[in-house]
Amino acid sequence: MATSLRRFGRLALISRNWSGRGFSTSPSGEINSYSNIQQSEGKSINLFSAINQALHIALETDPRSYVFGEDVGFGGVFRCTTGLADRFGKHRVFNTPLCEQGIVGFAVGLAAMGNRAIAEIQFADYIYPAFDQIVNEAAKFRYRSGNQFNCGGLTIRAPYGAVGHGGHYHSQSPEAFFCHVPGIKVVIPRSPRQAKGLLLSCIRDPNPVVFFEPKWLYRLAVEEVPEDDYMLPLSESEIIQEGSDITLVGWGAQLSIMEQACIEAEKDGISCELIDLKTLIPWDKETVETSVRKTGRLLISHEAPVTGGFGAEISASIVERCFLRLEAPVARICGLDTPLSTCFRTLLYAHQEQDIGCNQVNNKLLAILLL
Amino acid sequence: MALTHRSSNLLRPFTTAVFSSTPSLRRPFSSSADDTTTITIETSVPFTGHKCDPPSRSVETSPKELMTFFRDMAKMRRMEIAADSLYKAKLIRGFCHLYDGQEAVAVGMEAAITKKDCIITAYRDHCIYLGRGGTLLECFSELMGRQGGCSKGKGGSMHFYKKDSGFYGGHGIVGAQVPLGCGLAFAQKYSKDETVSFALYGDGAANQGQLFEALNMAALWDLPAILVCENNHYGMGTAEWRAAKSPAYYKRGDYVPGLKVDGMDALAVKQACKFAKEHALKNGPIILEMDTYRYHGHSMSDPGSTYRTRDEISGVRQERDPVERIRKLILSHELATEKELKDIEKEVRKEVDEAIAQAKESPMPDPSELFTNVYVKGYGVEAFGADRKEVRAVLP
Repeated sequence: MATSLRRFGRLALISRNWSGRGFSTSPSGEINSYSNIQQSEGKSINLFSAINQALHIALETDPRSYVFGEDVGFGGVFRCTTGLADRFGKHRVFNTPLCEQGIVGFAVGLAAMGNRAIAEIQFADYIYPAFDQIVNEAAKFRYRSGNQFNCGGLTIRAPYGAVGHGGHYHSQSPEAFFCHVPGIKVVIPRSPRQAKGLLLSCIRDPNPVVFFEPKWLYRLAVEEVPEDDYMLPLSESEIIQEGSDITLVGWGAQLSIMEQACIEAEKDGISCELIDLKTLIPWDKETVETSVRKTGRLLISHEAPVTGGFGAEISASIVERCFLRLEAPVARICGLDTPLSTCFRTLLYAHQEQDIGCNQVNNKLLAILLL
Repeated sequence: MALTHRSSNLLRPFTTAVFSSTPSLRRPFSSSADDTTTITIETSVPFTGHKCDPPSRSVETSPKELMTFFRDMAKMRRMEIAADSLYKAKLIRGFCHLYDGQEAVAVGMEAAITKKDCIITAYRDHCIYLGRGGTLLECFSELMGRQGGCSKGKGGSMHFYKKDSGFYGGHGIVGAQVPLGCGLAFAQKYSKDETVSFALYGDGAANQGQLFEALNMAALWDLPAILVCENNHYGMGTAEWRAAKSPAYYKRGDYVPGLKVDGMDALAVKQACKFAKEHALKNGPIILEMDTYRYHGHSMSDPGSTYRTRDEISGVRQERDPVERIRKLILSHELATEKELKDIEKEVRKEVDEAIAQAKESPMPDPSELFTNVYVKGYGVEAFGADRKEVRAVLP
C-alpha cells in the first residue's frame, strides 16, 4: 500500500492517466493543472455548490470513497451534500448519529482499510469532541505504526468562521489548534473555484486533512468553476495581487476583507501584495518570504483570536528569515481575544454588518503600520 | 377530601373522552383555586420501567396546581411564538431553538422538585429558565442581546442561567451538559442536603459518548443524578430510529434504571420526577425518557416540515398537546370556564407583549463588556484587540 500511496502523492496535478486500482484510485481521464482551469470556462456557482461538485467527483471517481456526517444524507445544513445520497446510494453517503468523536474515529478506521473517508463535522465549533481522534489517532497513526498503517484517505470537512449572528458555538475559527499537530494537513479555501480544486486534492492526498470551509461564503461567493475534475496543489500559496509596499497574508473568508482593504489602500497610494496561504500546515514559507523580501513589510490577518493564532507562527518564521529586510514589525490584525457573543457582532464582525465597513478599521491600521 | 377521578385515555379526541364529574365536584368557579382540594387523576399512558417498578398512574394534584400549570404553559407557549416573530423581525439574532410542544416537561418537573435541586439543559432552554422562576423580561432581553438579559445579553438564546434557583443553564454543545450534571450531583451528595440534579438532553444527544461516560461515573458513585432525555423524536432532521439502534432511551443506561414517561402530560412528568428524585437520593442515577414533541423545527433555520409530515404535527397538536390536555382537565373538573381560560391566555399575551416592549428599551451591552468575564477580575490577564497594538487591555 505504501507504494501506491507514494505514486499518488503530489504528482496528481500533472495531467496523467491513472490506471492501477488500489488506494490511489484517480480521477478518470485527464486532470487539469491550474493553468488549464484558469482558461477553461465553467458555470457561475457558489461555494457550497462547488463543494458539492467536488464531492460528486470524488465519489464518482473512486468507488471506495464515502461521505458521512450529521444530516449529510439530506444534503447537510449548508446543502453541500445535496443529491449525493440519491446518486451514490445510502451505503456510500449516509447520516451518522450525533457523535463527533465517533464520526472521526470511525473515519480513521475506514481510511485505515484503504478507503477515502470524507467526514463532515457540521460546524467547526463541534469538532472538539473529535479533537482526540484527530490529534492522537489520525495524526500519529502512520508514525507510531512505523508506516504499517495510516489513515491517509481521511478528509474532515467542517464549516468555520463567523456569519455575524452565529454566536458562541457557530462562529469559531479553530484552525490554529490543528496547525499544532504534526501529521495532519489543514486547508482553507477562499472561493468556489479554490474550494473545488483544493477539496479534491485533500480527498486524494495520502495524508489526513482537515478542510475548513468558510461558511460566510457558502452562498455569498460566486465565481465560474470548471465542471471537470481538477485539483489544486496543497502547500502552495497564491499571490492574488502583486504589490510593492506591503505583503498581506491571509486565508479563507478573511481574504475577501483583505481584498477590500487592498483596494482602499490603493487609493492612499499603498501598493499591497496579497497572498492566499490556502494550506496552513505544511505552509508555503518560500512564497511569503520572497514577497516580504520584496516589500519589507508583512501583515497577517485571520478571524481567530490574535493570541496564539496561526498568524503568530507565520510572524515568527518570517522574522527568522527576513529580519534584516523588515522595515516595520510584523503586524497581525486578527480576531479579539474574547468569546464570540452574538450581541457584540457589530464589534466582532464589522465586515459582515452592512452599516460598518471593517476595511476602514483595517486601513487605519494599515496606514499606521506604513507611517 | 380526596376525590378520585378517572378519565379515559386522553389521547383520544376530546369529544370521545368521558369526564364524569360527580355533583360534589361542582363548585362555584370563584372557589376553584381551593388549596385544600386534592384531585387524583390517572395518567393516560402508563409508565414503563426499566430495572425499576414504575410509579402509580394515579397522580394527586389540586385545582390550584392545574390552574398554575395552565397559566405557566400558556405563558411559555406564547413566549416561544413571540420569539419566533421577533426572530423573523431580526430583533433576535443568532441561533434560536424553540420549546413549544414540550412545555409539560418544564412545568411538570418544577412541580415535583424545589429550587434547591439543580437543572442543567442544552440549548432549548427558554422555558426551563422560565420554569425556574425567570421573568419574561429577562428572557426577551437575553434573546435580543440586551443588558437586562439573564446573562447580561452576552449569552443569547442558547445560554440562559439562573444561579439563585439552581439553573445551571443552557449549553451549546450537544450532550456536553450531561457530565456537568453528574458533577453537580456529586457536590450535592457531598453536602448531604437531599437535593438532586436533573441533566436534560435530547434524543440526538443520547448517542454522544460522553453521556455514557457520565452515566457510568454517576452509577459508580451512586450520585443523585437524574438524566432526563427529552425525546422529541428528531435530532435536527434525523428521526430517532435513523440515529439510534435502540430508541428506547430509558433502557439505554443498561445497568441504570429508567422510566418512560408521557412527556406531553405535565402530571405524568410530575409523578415521574417525584419518583426519580426519591429513587436518586436512595439508589443513585436514573434515566427518565420524556416522550414529547417540538412543534417548531430544530432551530429557526429549520422549517421543520421536510423530514416529517404536516399531518404528524397537527395530529400531535390535536391529540397530545400539553396545554390542551390541562385545559380539558380544568374544564371537565369545572375548575374554570372556557372564558376564564381564554382570559388567562389574553392576560399572558399582554404580559408577553409588555415584556417585549420593555426588553426593547434595555440597552445593548457596553462595548467594554467584550472583555469582562473572560477571566476573573483582578488577575492581570492581558487581552488584545484586533492588532495587538492599539487595543491592549488588562482584563477588568
